[in-house]
Amino acid sequence: MSMDMLQIPDWSDLGGFLPETVMFGAFLLALLGDLIARRRPAVPFAIALTGALTALALAIAGLDTPERTILGDLVVVDGLAAFFRVLFALVAVATMLISWASEEIMGRSRENKGEYYALIALMTGGMMVMAEARDLLMLYLSLELVSLSSYVMAGYMRNSLRATEASLKYVIFGAVSSGVMLYGLSLLYGLTGSLTYVGIRDALAAGAGDPLSLLTVCVLLLAGLGYKIAMVPFHFWAPDVYEGAPTPVAAFFSVGPKAAGFAMMIRFFYTTMQPAIDRVDWRLLIAVLSVATMTYANLVAVRQTNVKRLLAYSSIAHAGYLLMGFLMLTAAGLQAILFYLLVYALMNLGAFLFVIALNNSLKSEHIDDYAGLGFRSPWAAAMMIVFLFSLTGLPPTAGFIGKFYLFAAVMQEGWYWLAIVGVLNSVVSLFYYMKIARTMYFTKAPADAPAVPIAPLHYVMMVLLAAPTLALGLYWGGFKDLADRAIQHFTAI
Amino acid sequence: MTAGLEHYLTVSALLFGLGLYAVLTRRNAVALLMGVELILNAASLNFVAFARFVDGGVDGHIVAIFVIVLAAAEAAVALAIVLAMFRNFGTVNVDSVNRLKR
Repeated sequence: MSMDMLQIPDWSDLGGFLPETVMFGAFLLALLGDLIARRRPAVPFAIALTGALTALALAIAGLDTPERTILGDLVVVDGLAAFFRVLFALVAVATMLISWASEEIMGRSRENKGEYYALIALMTGGMMVMAEARDLLMLYLSLELVSLSSYVMAGYMRNSLRATEASLKYVIFGAVSSGVMLYGLSLLYGLTGSLTYVGIRDALAAGAGDPLSLLTVCVLLLAGLGYKIAMVPFHFWAPDVYEGAPTPVAAFFSVGPKAAGFAMMIRFFYTTMQPAIDRVDWRLLIAVLSVATMTYANLVAVRQTNVKRLLAYSSIAHAGYLLMGFLMLTAAGLQAILFYLLVYALMNLGAFLFVIALNNSLKSEHIDDYAGLGFRSPWAAAMMIVFLFSLTGLPPTAGFIGKFYLFAAVMQEGWYWLAIVGVLNSVVSLFYYMKIARTMYFTKAPADAPAVPIAPLHYVMMVLLAAPTLALGLYWGGFKDLADRAIQHFTAI
Repeated sequence: MTAGLEHYLTVSALLFGLGLYAVLTRRNAVALLMGVELILNAASLNFVAFARFVDGGVDGHIVAIFVIVLAAAEAAVALAIVLAMFRNFGTVNVDSVNRLKR
């Protein structure tokens, strides 16, 4: 038992914890701003956006600071955490800007729109802590912080039947899976007598735990973590939540919490469960889940006619690809995941942004309503093609480079069958991504098809997301370097 | 006879099983959430028992306190959503809420 946990926090600890502090501060101030400036959502929006931009600047400035533990051993800020902080701050800024021009969020008669931006700030702070947690208590707390705010965001349109259904399904699946995970955490605590990752690792290395109980712990834990990253068989919520929730919320969920879940899985499994691998082969377990995830999601995605639902299955499939890199347990695999998460954030936000921008005028996400968009809105459609190519993994886009590194890392370790399954899945995914492209360019729009004006802010954001998606396909060195540096001092490998 | 670790673990395993059973069989949203509470309480009981018999410190007790607080927060959010569901659908039966495409 360590008494560190009860230590009174040192104020100088806050120095390493600035981006999170700023995000939580922005959350409180945005709520306050929403109370004072009623019916003027610009106030909370400006506060939350300033907070996210400040956090982004602080996170970038903190990229190369040496590793330090904060609050005893509850939280650690190292290269890995610093990388994810930048990613989350970027995603938060992009989501806030996208939401601001979205009719779904801002258009209808929802009295306090400011809450929405406050919640994004809170969730972003929570995701940052998820990437930094180094203690079972902190793991659970940060996961729940993100979950609780996301339940509210999914049901943000509280008079909409679809949004209510989405948040109901989210909260029930979420509460059950996090409860099951907590039970697994309690068993792990019992087996090792420690709550800190370091203590658990040492106990496991000393031989604590028999194969059966360790397997039970892994399965129970994967229920909670798998739910966050939308891994089969804990993915059931994703299509319904993505379809029912406002599209900007779905865009945020498909990128932010998924990356945070991966950050948490990486830190937990790499630093803690590694010594137990001789007793429970969790790599094989995750390999099977990875194959199930991508195969199932890609096969079901082919049949989808609602673009949001299609993108939901696509994001499940991407969790499967990322899991391949995760179970390699090598520096190359980890670097590939980090780079891919960065690329995935760009291209997936971009694809969702296209849906959001069109929803403003079309009020529909049905694929048939996208007929002829290639000519009705040529620029936006062209950028959507970039995002779709990238999601498929076709050159010369960032998605190709991401997948290339991912598959290379898998081959390097000799998991050829896994790499082949991954490539075959990418081929299947080509079919449904191109279904959108085909409808946009080769299906004639009906004569009474409405005009599709796109908000200027959405155009700007589309360019800002499409440009790096293309540029990273040609000059990826700098960003790959960023991912490589992130794990330079990650001692677990 | 004094209660040992295995007694606590048996009770908590039973609680966990009952909670999971409630979650899987009940269709009433409030009853579902009660099942979740049982699962959380099973985990809390485990933490306290392990703190007493394995760890010997107070770490597990602290976790249990946090879990109680979080369970309350989660119940507040979940019940608010169930309330919205009742207002919009006029029912708390989760099976009758399926407008989203299967």
